[in-house]
This record gives sequence, C-alpha cells and structure tokens, in this order.
Amino acid sequence: MEPVLISPASFKLFGFIPTVLFSVLIPIVGVGLFTYIIARRVAPLVKANPDFRFDRPMDRVLNVLKIWLGQYRHPRYMVAGVLHMIIFFGFLILTVRSSELVVKGISGGFIMPGLGGIVGDIYYFFKDYAATAVFFAVVVAAVRRGIVRPARYHYPESYGHDHTNEAVFVLVIIGTLMISESLYEACLVAAETQAGHEATFLGPLTLAWFFKIVFSNGSSSTLQALHIISYYVHDFTFFFFLCFLPMGKHFHVITSLFNVYFMRLDRGNVRPVRYGVSDEELDSLESFGVKKFSDFTWKDILDFYTCADCGRCSDQCPANRVKRPLSPRFLSLKGRDYAFSHFPLKGDFVDQEALIGEGGIYSEDEIWSCTTCGACEQECPIGIEYINKIVDMRRGLVDDGNVPQSLQKPLSSLEKRGNPYGKMEKKRADWTKELEDCEVKILDKKTTADTLYFVDSVSSFDDRMQELARATSKILCSAGIDFGILGKAEKDSGNEVKRFGEEMLYQSLKDHNTEAILNSGVKKIVTADPHTFNSLKNEYTGIPPVEHISQVITKNVASGRLKLKGVTEEEREKIYTYHDPCYLGRHNDVYEDPRDAIDAIPGIKRVEMLKNRDRSFCCGGGGLMLFYEPEEEERMGVVRVKMAQEVGATVIVTACPFCLINMEDAIKVAGLEGKMEAIDLGELIAAHIEN
Amino acid sequence: MEILVCVKRVPDTSENEIDINSDGNDIERDDLVYSVNEWDNYAVEEAIQIVDKVGGSVTVVTVGDDESEEVLRREMAMGANNGLLLTDDAFEGSDGKGIATILKGAVEKGNYDLIMTGAQADDGAAQVGGMLAAMMDYPYASLVNLIETGDGKLKVGREIEGGNQEMNEIELPCVLSIQTGINEPRYVGIRGIRKVASVEIPELGVADLGLDAGAIGAGAAKVKRLDYFVPDTGEGAEMLTGSTEEIIAKLVEYLKAKGGLK
Repeated sequence: MEPVLISPASFKLFGFIPTVLFSVLIPIVGVGLFTYIIARRVAPLVKANPDFRFDRPMDRVLNVLKIWLGQYRHPRYMVAGVLHMIIFFGFLILTVRSSELVVKGISGGFIMPGLGGIVGDIYYFFKDYAATAVFFAVVVAAVRRGIVRPARYHYPESYGHDHTNEAVFVLVIIGTLMISESLYEACLVAAETQAGHEATFLGPLTLAWFFKIVFSNGSSSTLQALHIISYYVHDFTFFFFLCFLPMGKHFHVITSLFNVYFMRLDRGNVRPVRYGVSDEELDSLESFGVKKFSDFTWKDILDFYTCADCGRCSDQCPANRVKRPLSPRFLSLKGRDYAFSHFPLKGDFVDQEALIGEGGIYSEDEIWSCTTCGACEQECPIGIEYINKIVDMRRGLVDDGNVPQSLQKPLSSLEKRGNPYGKMEKKRADWTKELEDCEVKILDKKTTADTLYFVDSVSSFDDRMQELARATSKILCSAGIDFGILGKAEKDSGNEVKRFGEEMLYQSLKDHNTEAILNSGVKKIVTADPHTFNSLKNEYTGIPPVEHISQVITKNVASGRLKLKGVTEEEREKIYTYHDPCYLGRHNDVYEDPRDAIDAIPGIKRVEMLKNRDRSFCCGGGGLMLFYEPEEEERMGVVRVKMAQEVGATVIVTACPFCLINMEDAIKVAGLEGKMEAIDLGELIAAHIEN
Repeated sequence: MEILVCVKRVPDTSENEIDINSDGNDIERDDLVYSVNEWDNYAVEEAIQIVDKVGGSVTVVTVGDDESEEVLRREMAMGANNGLLLTDDAFEGSDGKGIATILKGAVEKGNYDLIMTGAQADDGAAQVGGMLAAMMDYPYASLVNLIETGDGKLKVGREIEGGNQEMNEIELPCVLSIQTGINEPRYVGIRGIRKVASVEIPELGVADLGLDAGAIGAGAAKVKRLDYFVPDTGEGAEMLTGSTEEIIAKLVEYLKAKGGLK
C-alpha cells in the first residue's frame, strides 16, 4: 500500500531538494552544538572542589524515584505543582515519540523498537493525550506567569531583571512542540482517511483529533505541505530547545535528574571543610571555606545550574520573610549567573574575584543572615542545598577574620570559658542549687550514672532557661532515671559554632565534650536542647545514643513510669499550639513525640498552626544567632507568634530553649503580653507530674 | 612603614568575676582568663591596615613573662609580621616609667617609623605611651580615632568631648595611642593562632636591650600600689540585686520615678 503522504525522509522541496538533508543536518548540528555547550558548562564542575556523593546508590536511586520521577515535593504548591507534573510526565512520555520522529525524518518507516505491536498502539493512543495535556498546562502556566504573576516570582530590583519573558518564551516553545507534533500526525491521519485507508485511531478531544477534524476536507497538497512543515517545525524546535536549555533556568530539565541523585542524604549535618581531609589534617589546609567561586564543590555548581527559579525556597525562608538581606533563590541564581559569565560558552574563562563583600556577588550580611533552619532545602523539589554553602562561605569569612563584631566576643568566650556568655566554668551547675526534691549528680570517673543529661550553655547560665534545666531534671527524677550532669566539665556542644564557620573551635569543643562524656561512663544521653541533640546525635562520634527529652517523656508516659495529671481550671481555658524547633523537627524528624507528650495531659486543648512540622517557621535562630544583629524589618519570632494568634492559640509550647527565648521576646514586642504566653514542653510536663 | 605596636596581656574583665585577694593588694588570679588588652587590638588592626596600604611591616611587642607570648601570637595571627617578647626577672615590679624605659630599649633596637599603643589598658593607667614618646623625644598624639598616611607625616584624628572631631598633622617618627572604634578588629580563631604557633619569637632581656638595671624593676619604681579594693557603696548609690528580670523591673521603676522614662 502506497503511503498517501510523502514522508519527510522522501520529500523533495520544490521538486528537487530532498528534505532528508534537513532531517540529517538538524540533528547533527543540534547534537553537536548541545555537546559543545554541555562541555563548556561542565568545565567549572571539573575545576571545583571535590564532593563525595557516590556512596549509598540504593538510597540515591530511591530519591530519584520519589523526588524526581515521583515529583514528590511538587504538590506542596498545588497549582504550580500539578501543572509541573503534567508537563513533566508529558515530557517523559513524549521523549520517546520525539526521538522516533527524528529518525523518521531519515527513514520514513522507522518505528521505535518495542512500539511495533499492541504496546505501540497503547502508547500512540496515550501520547496524544499527553501532548494535549501538556499543551493546556502550558497555556495555564503562561497565563499564570504572564498575567496572574504570583508574588513568589517577583524580582526585587536589586537582583536584576525578572525571568517572566524567559519563562513565557519556553512555554511557547513547548506549546509549539505539542502543536507541531499533533499537526504532523493529524495531517497524515486526515489524508489516510480521505484515501479510504485504514488510519490510526486518534483519541477523542486530543489536539491531533481536533486538527484532524479541522483538516479533514483539506486538499492533499495542503495536507502534504502541513505534514512536512509541521515535521520540520517540530524537528527544529526540538533541537533548538535542547540547546536553549543550558542557557537559563530550564537547565533543570537536564540537570535535575543528576541533582536529585547526588542530593544530600542525611540532614542535621554539615559537610567537612574539605572532602578527603580528616579533622586531624585540617591544619595543613592553606585556606578554609569558600572565598572564590572555584572553592565551591561541583555539587554546589550543579545546584546553581539546577535552580529553576521557582521561588519556593525563598517563599519558605524566614530570613527572606522578615526582609533580611537573604533569599536562597538568589543565592542560587547569582551563583549561576556568575558561573555563566565567568565560564562563558565562547572565549577564555574569566579570572575569579572574591565572592563576598565589595565587588562580590554576595554580601557579608547575606551570609550571616541564615539561621540554618533548613526550610529552603525541605522545600526544593529538585534537591538544591543551601546550609552547606552558607556554612562554607562563613568558614571563608572566619578564616579571613571577617566576623561581625557582635559575634567576636561570644566566640572568644566559647574558646576561653566554653560558653558564649563568658561565665565561669565552675558556675555551670549552679542552676541545680534551687532544685527541690531531686538530686542531680555531677558525674566524673567516680560518680557515675546510667544517663547523662547534657544541659548545654543556655540552660546552664541563662536565668530563665535554668528553669527549663530544672524542669528537665524533675522529669528525669520522676521517671526514676538514674542520671547526672557533667557540671564544669561540660562545654558548649558547638552546634552553632560549627554553623557559624568556626570549625576549629567546634572541633576543640567536641573533643573536650567527647572525652568528658566517655569519662562519665554513661550509657545514654538526654538533652532538652534540640541544637545539642542535633550536634551530639549527628556530628559527635563514638558517644552513647542521644535522646531528646520529648522522646523520654512519651516513652515513660507510655510505660506508666510518668503519670500526668489533668489541666487545672485556669488551663482549661487555654488553647495550646506546638511550635516545631527546626533542629528537632526538620533536621531530625522528631515531630510526633512532643505532640504526643502534650496530648498526654488529660483535658488539654491543642491546635496546629498553618505552618507546622516540616514547614515550621524558625523563631529567629539559636546559639550564636542570638548575638547577631541582622538588618530586618520584623523579628521572625513576632511573625511566628502572630501565626499562633491566627489559629486562636493562647499558649505556644516549644521544645527548645532558644525558641522559648525568642517567643517570649516576640510576645512582648508584638504587644501580646497577657493574651499569649510561651512555655517549654519540659516545664509544661513537669508542672503536670502526678506526685 | 615600619610599625611597632605595644600590647599587653590583661585579665579579661568581661569573662571574669574579679575578687580581691586576701592580702588586699591584688585580685584573685586563680580562675582568671587573660586576653589582649582591648585597645591594643585596635592598634594592631590599624597598623596592619596601614601596612596593607603603604607597605612595610608590623612588629608587636610586650613586656611580660612566658605566658605573655600568647598575646603576641594572637596579634601575629591577626597579621602582625613579627613578635618581640621583652622578658627578664629584673623587669618585675616596674612602674609605668619602668615599662616605658624597657620599651624604649626595644624601640632603639629597631628602625620604626611609627609606634602605637592602646589608649589605655584594662588594668592600666594610660601613661606608658606618653612617657615613651617623651623619652624618645618623639611627637605624641593620644586617643587617636583616625589615621591618614602621608609623606613623612600623618594626619591623625581625635574625638573631643562633646562629639567634635579634631584633625592634627604629626611628623614621623612618632608615638600614637589608639582609641577603640578606629576600626573593626578582625577575628582571630584557633586556626589562626595555630598557623603562627611555630614562628620564632625573640626574647630580649636587660642585657639584650642595653638597659640600666637600676632604672627598671621594683627597685626603681617610684609609684607603688598601696591598696586594692572594691569601693564602698556611696551616698545615693544602690546596687540592684536579684535575677535579671527583677533588676530590670527595678531599674524601669526607678527610671519612671525619676522622670527618665515617660
């Protein structure tokens, strides 16, 4: 049976130019150009610092299946997420068809291997629906980007021109691909139908089906022309798009698969100063941290390339929300633009200047503004990281002595006295003096206990937070746990010291504490401070297992060792809400224990804030962050307190001393004294222990 | 420009609780931590910035015992090129003039265009800089909060009581005492100190400096400490006690009562 239309592989333009020439040339030029572009783009990755991301392949494949293929994080932003998923899955389906079409231009009868039989019939039927769905998703997306313009995509002037044009242009390209593919197919089917041949069945309501109806009475020459034109429009657009991807935010179409595969597997940690250099060898390094672009690791640069400018990170970022000079989105985009301009597609690579400060792309305030709460990383649908970069840039600043004046004193106190307040070591256990009916042992070689309560600096020395330490002790006593503290042998756990880039000081604190912990001979460690919990659990090595007090509470309530009495008359009127501390929730996945502990108090009323669990909103940061004086319009704590007010809560329960400090301050700043109060989980539980 | 900065190791007042010893002539030094005198950090930072601009080198010097070496290392970690430890049992008990005499010995051994000191020390009397200048017959500017370099001369600023600023021209070589706020001293971490841990710091004593042993030490001191105590609370003064919350509450109450807060 003769084909009713001449295929692009056999067609002759003006009767003598074989179009197969184009079918061969377009892919060769396209692939050649694409290869060149990618080679140039890969160059800075090759020059960058090492990053060990080749371990645990099973975990990484699972991430790819869930986060990349499964688009797991997309529905967190429902409209944009669903649109993206339609386009993403449509693309996956249509990649097969597009590749088949490229070969069809050279060999008219080509059918993708495997698509010959029934599988092919099913595939060809559904790919038209895929194209149609993508087309409509693209139209809706274009209206959103171009007309509705959600605030998330707004470009502050200081960051340059916005990307709306680029976004809409790409949507037009995608639309063109969908239309041309459908039209190519429709013309063929229309011609076959006219000739009375058995034609491919087109799914009703698809673009191809629609075009077939429109052109069902078209002359054979019209159909032939459209068939050829739409083929080459598709062919050209396809390769144009391929080469256009690495020019901007749509690079993620190519890089996201790799970025998700190589994304961080564990949370609550910070990468080493230099991969392949042990802690003991750190002294041999000439320079610490990121000062120049090439100090970044290859994964950092892959992150920059991968950023799709979707704005979810910054939408969740508490620093951005209170108008600190930090937006994770622009951290990535500025990094990407730097890579593009200093490693250009044409010409020599440009020398690198300092990244931070005058003449650099980042400001010092920007780098110090991050509370390392992790909301950005939790949200990014393609596994871009921020905390490691921020900490590495801080390491660079610290190495050059560029530490804000307000942080120098606490750092030097940490070095000399083991706490940021400069208090004397021997007073570290003074909070126990006011404790009644509960003996707190001070552990050493001679005095040992089963469990160590690691108090840490803030609860040891801050007047208000000492109450938290006493409440924690009361809980441990009531549960019959044999415990003690390190007293003056304890130093700050160093969670924030590490995150503020003072790695060597952190190492000395860690070494000191590790020795003191091992010396005490305990089998378990408990702490009420999530920052301590995080550091001991995720970054200290060779010490006994660590639990947060909320976990101890739920366990002992369940076993009946801890009995809680019901709410008082006064408390009956109150509505409680639980604020997830970043270092307990997001960094360590402890979301339910504190809630279960609160709910274990008979008669208590608890509501959830809109932003809860892994979308919790940082209180303003702990540890050294309390000493930093950021530029901001509003305090994070105030924003958070208002969120509690919105859901009708009158008591904010936290499970972190720093959250409590920030919440109590924020309640005063927001003028909500008397209407709102903050309390620590430990205090709440201790007050309800049945004697 | 060759710059010599005189620094001192002092008990860190913000990190310590200072108690008087039982003899009543000094403070209890058992649980103390020490650091570089705060003003000296500003002087060293300023010296480093000048050398970064016009070239030359920065030498830090201190009079003290072996333990004083740590402050020299800290300043070298900031960026000072050389350290000089002036140490000798004969230095023990020197008064301000004695210290200035010892420093003069060090100045004469070098070829310095500029000598800087902190405006004062936490535990000091703000006298050594001026005496050193007089002994050297160098011009002296005190409480300097701004320096502009020029050819053979410097422009130095000084804040006058009431917030006005005065600018002076001073000829080199000279001695300057540096006020805090002239710059933002850079941070020095453990890593910085370790980097300079093995740098040799020369130690000079009486003989090396060509000093007359009779002009220094306790024997030569004409200013002697008689007593050391926490002054009694005077008339109209009240120490607020209690927890931080209570102290704040009382303070606010007083401020309101006296019309300081409306």
